[in-house]
Amino acid sequence: MSETFFGKPIKRKEDPRFITGKGNYVDDMKLHGQVYVAMVRSPHAHARIVSVDIEKAKNHPGVLDVFVGQDLLDAGIGSIPVGWLLDGLKTPPHYAIAVDTVRHQGEIVAAVVAKDSFTAEDAADLVEVQYDVLDAVAHPGKALDSNAPQVHDDAPGNVAFEWQIGDKDATDRAFETAAKTVSLSVRNNRLIPNAIEPRASLADYNAGTGEYTLYTTSQNPHVHRLIIAAFVMNIPEQKLRVISPDVGGGFGSKIFQYPEEIIVLHATKQLGVPVKWTAKRSESFLTDSHGRDHVTEAEMAVDENANITGFRIKTKANLGAYLTLFAPAVPTYLYGTLLAGPYRTPNIHCEVTGVFTHTTPVDAYRGAGRPEATYLIERMVSRMAQALGMDAAEFRRKNFIAPDAFPYQTPVALQYDSGNYEPTLDKALQMAGYEQLRKEQAEGRKQGHYLGIGFSTYLEACGLAPSALVGSLGAQAGQWESALIRVAPTGKVEVFTGSHSHGQGHETAFAQIVADRFGISMSDVDIIHGDTGKMPFGWGTYGSRSGPVGTSAIVKAVEKVQKKSKKIAAHLLEAREDDIDFENGNFQVKGSPDKRLSFGDIALQAYLAHNYPSDLEPGLEESAFYDPANFVYPFGAHICLVEVHPDTGKVEILRYIAVDDCGPQINPLIVQGQVHGGIAQGAAQALYENAVYDDNAQLLSASYMDYALPRADNLPSFEIDHTVTPSPHNPLGVKGIGEAGCIASTAAVANAVNDALEPFGITHLDMPLSPPRVWKAIQDAAPAQAAD
Amino acid sequence: MYSAEFTYHAPTSVSEAIGLLQEHGYDAKLLAGGHSLLPTMKLRLATPAHLIDMKNLRKDLEYIRDDGDYIAIGALTTYHAIETSDLVKNKAALIAQTISNVGDMQIRNMGTLGGSIAHADPAGDPPAAIIASNAEMVIQGANGTRTVAADDFFYGFFETAVQDGEILTEIRVPVQTGNSSYQKFAHPASGYAVCGVAVVLEMNGGSVSRCSVGVTGVSDGAYRAADVEAAVQGQAVTPELAAQAAEQATSGIDPLEDPFADAAYRRQLAKALTKKALLAAAS
Repeated sequence: MSETFFGKPIKRKEDPRFITGKGNYVDDMKLHGQVYVAMVRSPHAHARIVSVDIEKAKNHPGVLDVFVGQDLLDAGIGSIPVGWLLDGLKTPPHYAIAVDTVRHQGEIVAAVVAKDSFTAEDAADLVEVQYDVLDAVAHPGKALDSNAPQVHDDAPGNVAFEWQIGDKDATDRAFETAAKTVSLSVRNNRLIPNAIEPRASLADYNAGTGEYTLYTTSQNPHVHRLIIAAFVMNIPEQKLRVISPDVGGGFGSKIFQYPEEIIVLHATKQLGVPVKWTAKRSESFLTDSHGRDHVTEAEMAVDENANITGFRIKTKANLGAYLTLFAPAVPTYLYGTLLAGPYRTPNIHCEVTGVFTHTTPVDAYRGAGRPEATYLIERMVSRMAQALGMDAAEFRRKNFIAPDAFPYQTPVALQYDSGNYEPTLDKALQMAGYEQLRKEQAEGRKQGHYLGIGFSTYLEACGLAPSALVGSLGAQAGQWESALIRVAPTGKVEVFTGSHSHGQGHETAFAQIVADRFGISMSDVDIIHGDTGKMPFGWGTYGSRSGPVGTSAIVKAVEKVQKKSKKIAAHLLEAREDDIDFENGNFQVKGSPDKRLSFGDIALQAYLAHNYPSDLEPGLEESAFYDPANFVYPFGAHICLVEVHPDTGKVEILRYIAVDDCGPQINPLIVQGQVHGGIAQGAAQALYENAVYDDNAQLLSASYMDYALPRADNLPSFEIDHTVTPSPHNPLGVKGIGEAGCIASTAAVANAVNDALEPFGITHLDMPLSPPRVWKAIQDAAPAQAAD
Repeated sequence: MYSAEFTYHAPTSVSEAIGLLQEHGYDAKLLAGGHSLLPTMKLRLATPAHLIDMKNLRKDLEYIRDDGDYIAIGALTTYHAIETSDLVKNKAALIAQTISNVGDMQIRNMGTLGGSIAHADPAGDPPAAIIASNAEMVIQGANGTRTVAADDFFYGFFETAVQDGEILTEIRVPVQTGNSSYQKFAHPASGYAVCGVAVVLEMNGGSVSRCSVGVTGVSDGAYRAADVEAAVQGQAVTPELAAQAAEQATSGIDPLEDPFADAAYRRQLAKALTKKALLAAAS
């Protein structure tokens, strides 16, 4: 196969439409007669609903109807289910509209439908809700206190689950015999996703056919259809079509099924007109599922030769007020299983308590559990190196799993299929000019300049798999992916994929793969996704799965088309199938290059079926389902250089070096985009982003006035490179890269800041490493050295 | 944006606008560049029943003029026009330096100096420079115009000397005779000043003949750091003196606290930025 497109930095096909305002997002859609819904949301984090008076709102001119929680119950609409079950998991109901109690600020208590969005908002203000305000708790540690306010009656002590992984006894023994141990108390700060496109849903019920169409901002439309139809609304699955046109980012937040989707579906049936809701940005802050929010105690042990021998972790994971789709999996199977990182760590034991609080639900957010694990491992490794007086890079190198040790079985369930960690570290050190940097750091300290060098030699596990394994761990879902290739008689190709882009560039990357294999132009290949009415069932896009899993299904389907094409070519060229080669876009007879047919010629003959093999069906359309044999394990080495200004506490990122290994790169330009964006997002957790709740569980950082996203001028020009270690078990050898940057960079930046603060005697400072926090730490640690 | 309902007015003269203000009183709000007012209306924190758009007053209130002793800036002049004006850069440099720190390019293209000063956000940049420049504000009401000195203009949280039924029409900035600097620590989210310090230094030989310091972001309104001014008067500005004088940056001030920065941190910023601004203006 000649590779004209694979591996080339081809500009994204979809971008001209996005950057010229020709994208088609849910809020762009206008259906005839559509009306609008505005939500009445609880201002309180915890309250009993005494009464909801909708009369004034209902009588407001232009208002069509007002729904409260009981209306949905009366219509037989159930709770929004959780999609991953753990032993003993408490699953209190989660209704689209609160019935008698609200458990987080922003929870919906009524929905007002009106002829236009302004009227709906005006009338929402007229709904009179009487609350009996109750005490609330936001912090996962405080929620476990014996006198803490209870979130759910059926989850005593606010415990949703208690989970553990690893060999406790063996790990305890490793600590008893350790030459040295270190410990850290670490808060992994809560984040708010902030997709550029706010969530939006538009529902349209056809009373004639009984069919619903839901246009919604989803990363996985088939999952939305399955859950909403079968488990929430009792709609026959084939009677609900879910369409997610262009989706403007998600970072995980658009995986889940949200109350507003249920409300617009209910309203369209009741009113007989299309009903639309689009989040205001302030609603996004309050109601898009948040990420992270762990409180962790961790200890690490080494032997006398500085080999890591034990890693012991106790984590309290904030789940918010309700369990959304993947919530229980994120701080367990996506976190505890990754705690070996790239290091030989023979003994690991991790206990996680999932905690209900009166806050917005917490679920998967770019990296989902793996950033939390990586941050913890990398902070602990750097802390241990510091305690041992060893260089942070050398301590890592010494503990890396050796390249000949693969497949490598960790003590926390995962089996790494491949890896070669040292070359990424070597390359990054060389790019950084590491020795020189350390000299500059030492020199600078003498003159009151505080440079810090931070490492993150991360490993991540993505392309969650195989289905039977995740099923045995509690997933109520498969983790395979589907593809359907439909070749038109003219040789043009439509690829229907169960993956769904919310910014990943699938229309380009997938087309590169298909065009290469059929020897046709990329413009002859269209990628079609985001519509349950068109695509075969598929699980969607999250967890960096579309590269390793989604493309593998496409390759399988492509191979079926190729196989059939070859049979047709052999028939037409009057040659044996074995004698047909596919080269430069043509099927040709070995040794007779002038006896050839193009892919287009074959396609036409497949549909005419005039001169055709008698044992072959006409047409050229094949589908495939691909269930991966294992996760894929991207890895890399990131180095961050910062300067801390002690007079203001401000941290400046001076340089950022990243060497990643995601196997062969389908499109290096897209890979770089993912790495750049990921680094920015991860660095932002370390320095800027922080969801802050007050003691009444009111979200204080609920707008862009207070919640700081990274901006271009906060970041240097990244220096990036890569190595290539293919995954041995998928057809292209590719590994996901959508989350790696974000998984790696938080730790690199945090380690750099902590390294810069070493002269002040500071061993650990929690994120976000904001100027006030850094300045105060310097004051507290070493008043004599404080700001001039 | 889903603001509450309002009646829209677009008067064509300042006196007509004043008439509308007097007619509607508290129910009316003036709309200049809109970058402070519209976000609050969007969140329904402000719900004026009458919005008086000043766009048709630009012909009268958008100008930068050399009036001899001072530069006159019409209240509806955009930040962008001011920061790129050679007249301002040459004769009122601190104003240009400060305004180039406001928001981002899109905001500076729309936002107006008069709007910002009349709004008097305690974290706005311009008030610090207005104080340090010893500017005067021209205020027009039904009974004519009056001028108010910078020191008498800012009352505190979103409150100024502009009374009900009055409009700020012009800012008069005395021609600057010394060097100046504006140093800012921007909130990482909003971009507003957690602290901003504006300094003008007039030198006589090697020593300070006149120093003027305005501080924003720290207190409920921008203020003059008179003790800093006194501490450098008649002195040569060395790093030691700057540090010593900067210690007075918040004397008599009870700093604001918010989830990002507490009072101690704001004090520290005021000191650090005052020192930096003094040294930058002296160099």
